Amino acid sequence: MKVKVIVTPKETVLDPQGAAVREAMQHLGFTAARDVRIGRYLEIEVEGDAAAQEPKLRELCHDLLSNPVIEDYRLEMPNEKS
Amino acid sequence: MKFAVIQFPGSNCDQDCLAALRGLSGVEAEYVWHKETSLRGWDAIVLPGGFSYGDYLRCGAIARFSPIMRAVMDEARSGKLVIGVCNGFQILCEAGLLPGALVRNRSLHFVCDMVTTRVEAADSPFTRGMPVGTLLRLPVAHGEGCYYADAATLRELNERQQVLLRYCDEKGCVTPTANPNGSVENIAGICNRERNVFGLMPHPDRACEERLGSSDGARIFESMLRSLATDRAAA
Repeated sequence: MKVKVIVTPKETVLDPQGAAVREAMQHLGFTAARDVRIGRYLEIEVEGDAAAQEPKLRELCHDLLSNPVIEDYRLEMPNEKS
Repeated sequence: MKFAVIQFPGSNCDQDCLAALRGLSGVEAEYVWHKETSLRGWDAIVLPGGFSYGDYLRCGAIARFSPIMRAVMDEARSGKLVIGVCNGFQILCEAGLLPGALVRNRSLHFVCDMVTTRVEAADSPFTRGMPVGTLLRLPVAHGEGCYYADAATLRELNERQQVLLRYCDEKGCVTPTANPNGSVENIAGICNRERNVFGLMPHPDRACEERLGSSDGARIFESMLRSLATDRAAA
């Protein structure tokens, strides 16, 4: 079963990478690009019942996969609608 | 005094730290591999710079779970002196031993330069004998050295005088142009509330001899030595 984790920088944290990409988009004529935030996307292949392992997965999201000081995360379980 | 220099896979300033420390009289310094689980018997702990675990995920994010880190946390909580330089600073933040985080330089460029920093608090084991306003010329070399903390944390850091070093110009003025990486309030180094854990992005280990361009870094290690000697005499 595949579990997805999306990590994004918190609103209050400056994202210079996102700003550079937004500028590039504007250079390419897409002036509607108001803000770009760059995060991280993980696909985790989990053996067995992923739902049963959700608490542990959440813990990992919090402790390892994201840094709560600067990032937010979203955990998408297989049968959840994304 | 015995200093432990922790080696993580990807540390690359471990030798600089060891050489810098061994250059000071009264210091015994040895490497300690990250798989070790005890730091008993050491007087101080050094987390060196580098790219532990290739900076994968986030700088320091994986190293903070190395076996040795449990010992580092236990010793830090018991009051032992811990200094983290560059990647070591990142690891200390990831481990929660220091508040805040280090993110991508605002310029997006890796900076490799000599900077001037200003001592902001003299009552720490790392800045002992350096009055507020003392200038230290130290090299920086990092891509993720932009210090970030939310407003509440920042207020607390300032109130408790936990900011030990700020980037400044040659005259000691803390200006935006003197900030090499976009760190909030020009913060270059902070300590914890108990003042025994210090993290900084500049490299004192690379500035311990005049022929390297500056010997100001040695003042930080000497300050640690003096603090340890004072504590020992009091014990």
